[in-house]
Amino acid sequence: MFIKQISVFLENKPGAMRELTAVLGSGGIDIREISIADTQAFGIVRIILRSEVIDQAMALLKGAGYTARINHVICAEIVDKPNGLCELLTVIEKENLSVEYIYSFRRTPARGATMILRLSEQERACKVLKEYGVRVLTQEEADAL
Amino acid sequence: MGKTTGKVEHKIFNPAIECISRDELMAMQGERLREVVRHEYENVKLYRERMDAKGVKPEDIRTVEDLKYLPFTEKSDLRDEFPYGLLAVPREEIVRIHGSSGTTGKPIVSGYTRGDLDVWSEMMARTLTAAGCGKEDIVQVAYGFGLFTGGFGAYQGADKIGAMVLPMSSGNTQRQIMMMRDMESTILCCTPSYAVYLGETIREMGLNPAKDLKLKAGCFGAEPWSEAMRRRIEELLCIDACDIYGLTEICGPGVSYECLAKQGMHINEDHVIAEIINPATGEPLPYGEEGELVFTTITKRGMPMLRYRTHDLCTLTDKKCDCGRTLARMGRITGRTDDMLIIRGVNVFPSQIESVLVGIHEVAPHYMLYADRVNSADTLEIQVEMTEEMFSDTVADVEAVRKKIVESVKSVVGIATKVTLVAPKSIPRFEGKAKHVVDRRKL
Repeated sequence: MFIKQISVFLENKPGAMRELTAVLGSGGIDIREISIADTQAFGIVRIILRSEVIDQAMALLKGAGYTARINHVICAEIVDKPNGLCELLTVIEKENLSVEYIYSFRRTPARGATMILRLSEQERACKVLKEYGVRVLTQEEADAL
Repeated sequence: MGKTTGKVEHKIFNPAIECISRDELMAMQGERLREVVRHEYENVKLYRERMDAKGVKPEDIRTVEDLKYLPFTEKSDLRDEFPYGLLAVPREEIVRIHGSSGTTGKPIVSGYTRGDLDVWSEMMARTLTAAGCGKEDIVQVAYGFGLFTGGFGAYQGADKIGAMVLPMSSGNTQRQIMMMRDMESTILCCTPSYAVYLGETIREMGLNPAKDLKLKAGCFGAEPWSEAMRRRIEELLCIDACDIYGLTEICGPGVSYECLAKQGMHINEDHVIAEIINPATGEPLPYGEEGELVFTTITKRGMPMLRYRTHDLCTLTDKKCDCGRTLARMGRITGRTDDMLIIRGVNVFPSQIESVLVGIHEVAPHYMLYADRVNSADTLEIQVEMTEEMFSDTVADVEAVRKKIVESVKSVVGIATKVTLVAPKSIPRFEGKAKHVVDRRKL
């Protein structure tokens, strides 16, 4: 019920992002989605890849000296319409869950959009979302988008 | 320049001592040394063991010339014997403790008998008098009061002179300036960098020190500074800025002091004997040559120091000064033989920071320290490499580790630092002696 995400530590300095993407590019790895949390001093880059290339990507990153980790995040579908995201967040709030971070991922064929979510209490969050009828994508389903 | 123009009037607190002939002084030092070495041998286990190991008996020490046969004492000895191991008198004879940071987490402390405090007050009275302070003066003490010796030292000296003391302690700049103006302070005691900051703030407030304030001189120490900084302070505050030197291990500020001739700091040689040694071999060097400064206390009873290695580099001269004093002078400290930094008056050793980092399990022991001077204040940046253990996909988690480092360093070393997380392997690895410090301050 979770999908894999790679997060990478970057210093906040010119060329840091380009170097990171060059490392992945050198292995022929396609970045499907990328999101950056930036602070004054450093950044955390979060990347979604197809699952079959994750191990290769991690090896490339480690080989190039990056601090990187695989995390498990929730990929949830919302309806791509006004208030769509708000409805999802309402559920999260009602259940006393908090959002660590959120960013948008691919569209689904059924006029939907997907969001990547990192919530407090990931396990419970996943169950709760399903109870409210929110579709939570598996890794295979996310890979297929 | 300062207020001193044309002929300078040199005030001397204790001319009988400060202008003593060198021969008389040597005889006095020899006599006091003989007595103090016996006192130490009889009462301090470490000194007795060290002297025995060198085959030196108290009766072998007859004159100042014999000093070279005695063993050295290091800061690490104060740490190892912490807290009371180096006391040469029963604990109940000690009436005060002061301290500063040691080379690792533990502080080093020094114990004073009533007599030791009197000696220290005398030394600081000479110090303040040399800067022009008299009974009629108002002394604003903006050194911290606490374990740190600065505040109490300046207070005691001014008190001995009979001047009026404003024990402001450090910080709270607006209030310092308000009191300085309203109380009409004439003498300022603080770190040189704080003096610059005070001066700049006073100017920013639109005040003209020459008209709006009564300041005439300042005694500045506890951190290294330069002739350029002296000119800046003198211009900003319209005062004479005098350098003072001291260290907790010996007594605190007042070990040596500049007079208004501003040509080196007079050493209170009736209470301490200064030597310059080759830091590599320990051999004594003649006057005029640069080397490591070593002090032996010859009147201190509570916690006397035998050939204490300061690790400060400087030169000595015994030429008579324009002020009339005969006490030998030491030049500005030109550097350190170890990697100690002085940040806002606080001694900081890289080893202290390292012990803090090692104590946080997520953190790798690869670090660099960068000292800078920003708006006249010292800053210390600690660069730490990001590790797998401390990395997380959320900013909050990473920030929490960073804050943990800042707080741990603050609690152990006592200063606020800026901690920056850097990429793995970006800090150079050292095969030989590691270099963990880059001092970018332009003094």
